[in-house]
Amino acid sequence: MANIINKRFIIPVLILFAIVFPFVTQNDYFIHVMTLSFIWMIGVYGLNLLAGYTGYLSLAHAGFFAVGAYSLGLLTVKAQMNFWLAFVLSLIITSVLGFLIGLIALRTKEHFFAIYTLCVGYILYLIIDKWDSLTEGVRGLIGIPAPGNIGPISFETPLSQYYLVLAILLVVILIVYRIVHSLTGRTYIAIRNSEDLALTIGISTMKNKLEVFVLSTFFAGLSGALYASFIRFIGPDIGNIVITFDLLTYLLIGGIGTLSGPIVGTVLVVWISQQLQFLQDYRMLIFGPILTLLVIFYPRGIAGSIAGWNAKRAEKKLAKAQQDERFSQSPISAENQVKEG
Amino acid sequence: MEILVQQLFNGLTIGSVYALVALGLTLVYGILHIPNFAHGALYMMGGYITLMMMVQYGLHYWLAILVSVIVVGLIGVLMERLVFYPLRHAPPIHDKIAAIGILLFLEAFAQYVWGADYQTMPTPYGQVVQLFGLTFTLQRLLIIISAIAVMVLLFLFLKKTYTGASIIAMSQDRDGANLVGINTNRVAMLTFLISGGLAAIASSLAAPINLVFPGMGQLVILKAFVIIILGGMGSIPGAIIGGYILGFSESLGATYISNDYKDIIAFILLVVILSVKPTGLFAKGGH
Repeated sequence: MANIINKRFIIPVLILFAIVFPFVTQNDYFIHVMTLSFIWMIGVYGLNLLAGYTGYLSLAHAGFFAVGAYSLGLLTVKAQMNFWLAFVLSLIITSVLGFLIGLIALRTKEHFFAIYTLCVGYILYLIIDKWDSLTEGVRGLIGIPAPGNIGPISFETPLSQYYLVLAILLVVILIVYRIVHSLTGRTYIAIRNSEDLALTIGISTMKNKLEVFVLSTFFAGLSGALYASFIRFIGPDIGNIVITFDLLTYLLIGGIGTLSGPIVGTVLVVWISQQLQFLQDYRMLIFGPILTLLVIFYPRGIAGSIAGWNAKRAEKKLAKAQQDERFSQSPISAENQVKEG
Repeated sequence: MEILVQQLFNGLTIGSVYALVALGLTLVYGILHIPNFAHGALYMMGGYITLMMMVQYGLHYWLAILVSVIVVGLIGVLMERLVFYPLRHAPPIHDKIAAIGILLFLEAFAQYVWGADYQTMPTPYGQVVQLFGLTFTLQRLLIIISAIAVMVLLFLFLKKTYTGASIIAMSQDRDGANLVGINTNRVAMLTFLISGGLAAIASSLAAPINLVFPGMGQLVILKAFVIIILGGMGSIPGAIIGGYILGFSESLGATYISNDYKDIIAFILLVVILSVKPTGLFAKGGH
């Protein structure tokens, strides 16, 4: 039984499912919703690297998401630039902005960092909202082109966009997976657990924090740029604090600081929200208390709780196996075991 | 010159409101060391409850405020009991997220119960008064006077009564306060009661010159955070001074710089402060 829920087995199955999903449903609306949740996932992964692994709760991510979206929108609509060039440029713009803000923001800690980034996010939102001559203000940007052709492949249909976003998402997950399982990832976790201790054992905390902050804003910008090219209309509302809270909800329900959390949380919440369409503006009546209750009772979210449960079971199994061994084997081997332990 | 004086007066009005909100926030921070992101929602609830009491039940303005103070204070206490108390040993990131959850819930709740429309609050003090060449509505004068009265009362309460002193003691050292026999749980609840009450007073006073809507607390709470960083987290005089500094700089900025960007002034102020001094101005101790 345990082998079936094995990582090696479940990952290809999930990818396969994502690939055949459009053919199974044949429903354009479902494909639309799924593509959107993939786009959100990328942003949530960015937030997860920073808040989940490094322990810095950034509340500016909607701002960076909007910067990515607006950079792409402005470069393609107003500057008439080639789509992919604009795409790359908007990622660079977001990352550079992230770098500059991170340089200052990361000097602050804990509450100050949260408040600081909250204010940065609000400034970004206000600038987008008020700078009429550049961003069109509350009217929003209309007519953002769909992703341009790559060679013979065009991305005009929802189906092709679905696969494009899926491909980018898989790359993002791979990058995050590699980071988390490397020494760099361990370093981030060390910073989360105790920054002073990390500093003492010779980790350059500032450099690492800056790295993860830039990476995190890069993912936020990527997700924003994809959003702009997918929805093809953007307004200042995408930079609102509410979006940051949405991302945070996805992350927490899925499991903060876990690899599969962003996927689980985003898919679950986005689909539940679709089912609860009639609630629309009132969805927070349900998600607000869920968020609070989760933090109190299941601070590790769904993925984290399952992982914890599995670990506990494995531990029990191991203990039991050792006990059995002790009963069946001769006293000498038991003695050896004690020595080894 | 006349414009300047008029703007200074406006600054005094907004500053009074900010100071009241920031006071509630700083009291809670002093006791529990959490930035209560849900404080803005309390402010919003205060406005709505006063409005409801006046419009639906026909209560007098002051009575409505009294009801609102009690109700919002109790919401604050409930919040402490149900959310922050169980989280007292959790890592700091959890408190913040839990507070955000409450904020989202209360905002959606207000929208559900009272609708998303902007509403105006009637006031019995709408008369226009002329004093020393200044023209203003009585309500603005009322805001300043009542805010200062509340602050004085709060100050006397904290300094002169035993209960008030226990709040200060607990903000100085929780374990120490516990050791000398202060019931820290009760003090924490009391602090949330006062904090919620202050938020309700602030919003009920400010609502007649602004508007009542579900998102009314968002901007105010962000500015209150700026104020308590300006004045030092947990510092009571700092919150009052910071409130007035922000009030003046906003009203002057709106006239002399740009009305569109007046809301941004507070945040730029904060970004500058934290860039220069990451732990805020007037921070206590090394960290």
